[in-house]
Amino acid sequence: MTIQQQIIISGVGGQGVLFVTRLLAEAAMMKGFPVLTSETHGMAQRGGTVVSHLKVGDFSSPLIRPFSADGLLAFKSESLAQHGGFVKSGGWAVVNSGGPLQSTGELKVESVDADAIAGNIGNLKSVNLIMLGASLSRLSGDCGLFCTLTDILTVLKMQISGAPAKLESFTAAIHAGYKV
Amino acid sequence: MNDRILMLGNQAISRGLIENGCAVATSYPGTPASEILPSLVEWRLAENTRLHAQWAVNEKVAFEIAYTAAMTGLRSMVSMKQVGLNVASDPLMSAAYMGTVGGFLVVCADDPGPHSSQTEQDSRMMAMMAKIPVLDPDSPAQAKDMIAMGYALSEAFEIPVMIRPTTRVCHARQDVAVSPIVADTRQPKFEKNPARWAATPKFRFRLHQSLEQKLSAISNHAATAPQRCNPGADESRQAIVVSGVAAAHTRDVMKDLGLWDHVPLYQVLQPFPLHREFITHLDTAYSQILVIEESAGIIELQIADRRKVLGKVSGTVPSVGEILPETIEAIVAKFAGKSVSPPDLPLTAPGRHPTLCAGCPHRASFFAIKKAAPRGIYTSDIGCYTLGLNLGAVDTFICMGAAISQAAGFYQAFRHEARRPDIVATLGDSTFFHAGIPALIDAVVQNVRFVLVILDNRTTAMTGNQPTPACGRGIGGEPTITVAIEKLVQGCGVAFCETGDPYDVPAFISLVKSAVAYSRETGPAVVIARRPCLLDRSQVESRHPFIRVHVVEKDCDACHYCIQHFECPALITDGKDKPVRVNPAACTGCGVCLHVCPKKAIVITEKV
Ligand code: SF4
Ligand code: SF4
Repeated sequence: MTIQQQIIISGVGGQGVLFVTRLLAEAAMMKGFPVLTSETHGMAQRGGTVVSHLKVGDFSSPLIRPFSADGLLAFKSESLAQHGGFVKSGGWAVVNSGGPLQSTGELKVESVDADAIAGNIGNLKSVNLIMLGASLSRLSGDCGLFCTLTDILTVLKMQISGAPAKLESFTAAIHAGYKV
Repeated sequence: MNDRILMLGNQAISRGLIENGCAVATSYPGTPASEILPSLVEWRLAENTRLHAQWAVNEKVAFEIAYTAAMTGLRSMVSMKQVGLNVASDPLMSAAYMGTVGGFLVVCADDPGPHSSQTEQDSRMMAMMAKIPVLDPDSPAQAKDMIAMGYALSEAFEIPVMIRPTTRVCHARQDVAVSPIVADTRQPKFEKNPARWAATPKFRFRLHQSLEQKLSAISNHAATAPQRCNPGADESRQAIVVSGVAAAHTRDVMKDLGLWDHVPLYQVLQPFPLHREFITHLDTAYSQILVIEESAGIIELQIADRRKVLGKVSGTVPSVGEILPETIEAIVAKFAGKSVSPPDLPLTAPGRHPTLCAGCPHRASFFAIKKAAPRGIYTSDIGCYTLGLNLGAVDTFICMGAAISQAAGFYQAFRHEARRPDIVATLGDSTFFHAGIPALIDAVVQNVRFVLVILDNRTTAMTGNQPTPACGRGIGGEPTITVAIEKLVQGCGVAFCETGDPYDVPAFISLVKSAVAYSRETGPAVVIARRPCLLDRSQVESRHPFIRVHVVEKDCDACHYCIQHFECPALITDGKDKPVRVNPAACTGCGVCLHVCPKKAIVITEKV
């Protein structure tokens, strides 16, 4: 199976954009797909805008061009306006937002109140994993992600095998997002 | 074994080093190069080789340690960011003349954009100035391959070799094939040879001659010659020449534009010295050559007939900023006579600017400084605390250590004025060690009337919490000798040197006030603001007890002083005339804001 998927993941420093990028990239690798990411490290990680480009399939450039991404995973609602322009028409956006969002252009927009869910499960720092879980269940068909919930959970287990408590709370956050 | 591992570009570089017998590796942290050395140590732990890896106090020292180890025949490496090479440029220029015995790599990461740097300088230009070869990787995988290539080149010609990745290589992640780690079994051997290792000007002249001969031979060296990416493409009078990450972008763009089979594409692996045969080939085969490279026009400069070149000088390729794939798409399409309608970027909404962490001790120090010297001139330096800019507590910064010399410059400029401004310099502990000490000695000798606040959070925070000489531990956690900042300051001859805790707001403000008063009357005063960085996991035990705070809504009149002048990200509001709230997900319980609200509306909830 050949896969070509380009995904933008954005948020602000400290939200765990890099961690989710890494999980998705590991999942791609586990499934045998070539993978490339480009990440924001350095000064912007101090609460500035952080954006990752994730490319699964046969690419050489680590960056996604405007109007080329399949989708956007936005950990802040403002990211839709900032980074929605990367997504091609017919693409998707899964956005952390308290209310329903105006669908911009020809994007399929899914809003998820990840802040509220994070509050409910008592883990305010888990917005990133809730969003990942939600995108795994909400996207399907033409918009489906290249990996499944099971893939992500397998990767998670490999990544943090040494810390069972952490693994448990991370898994819970992904499930909480998956179920909404 | 042909396993693949998902690696950051910097990890791929360190994997290349450990697979190729690197024995001594040194660095000073700086984005985008910071992860090279720590990941090298991780590989070392996994394989238990005898590699020595260390953070050095600055890039010059790092360079000299690694270079000298290579004089004994071992393989070594120094890594840094591009502006770090400015600091190490002195030994670089000489090392080129004297050459090396074991392979010696200078891994220097550039930051076109710039994303996390003061300049967009092209280190390949530094290689050209020093007259050493430079390799320019396009991806993590190629960066790893270039370590082996670089060591072979370095040893074949006894010359230092630069590897120049950029941010998009260092901070890209890719599945990379790994090979086994080869234990380094070389024995160090130092052959005394004053004509080489202690060369006086007469011998330097000869060394320079032999350097030129080496360069000439390197420009015929087959292993690093440019590669034709699309050998099957039609013959054409036009060609495209690329290097670095621009090569990666261009390959994708040409395929998408349907040009892959129609325009010859060459990737230069070694931008300097450009291979002579390649220069001749370009000249005879093509009448128009598009050159895309970051960030200066190094390849373009070396092409024989400049009239055929479209690049930086012709204005075809931007000279400023990162060259994004969409820019390359437009340039390549135009070059090939294709019309593409370049998409109008709808990316209009501004991003968020970075800010000091909630509870960062620097914010408390800046607050105190503004109280103690409200009309002062604030010179600052390179680190997280540069973000004091947002608080109006940073007026200037140039480069590592300059906070102190700039304070001296302002003092000398204003010293005969009737009203001399107070001058308060801020710099971090790591920066003080790096380049602050010589400037402080100078300020003492000239009796510069200023206050230096050393923001001592016991770590190099901005680049990911590397230890400083005051930490007492090395890169792998091994214990090291500790150097005390107080003693250094006193040793520089400073008579006023006091340490305080910026979280203890009233006491710290009065400490800075007394330092300001001293500096007006007497001479330089140093305040050491000591409080650990919140992100430094190694200092968790010395954390302050959590103080839970909230805003009493009826007392908050929505003046937003705390948001505008203190900017703690945990203090939020729903709108212009709405009261302020504490965001419990962000608050770290430092309790500093209790002293910030002029209406005393922020109060303690409970002490945990
Ligand atoms: S990383 Fe440390 S020093 Fe930097 S802003 Fe955060 S708390 Fe302050
Ligand atoms: S206690 Fe106040 S200043 Fe400290 S992190 Fe919380 S809101 Fe910010």
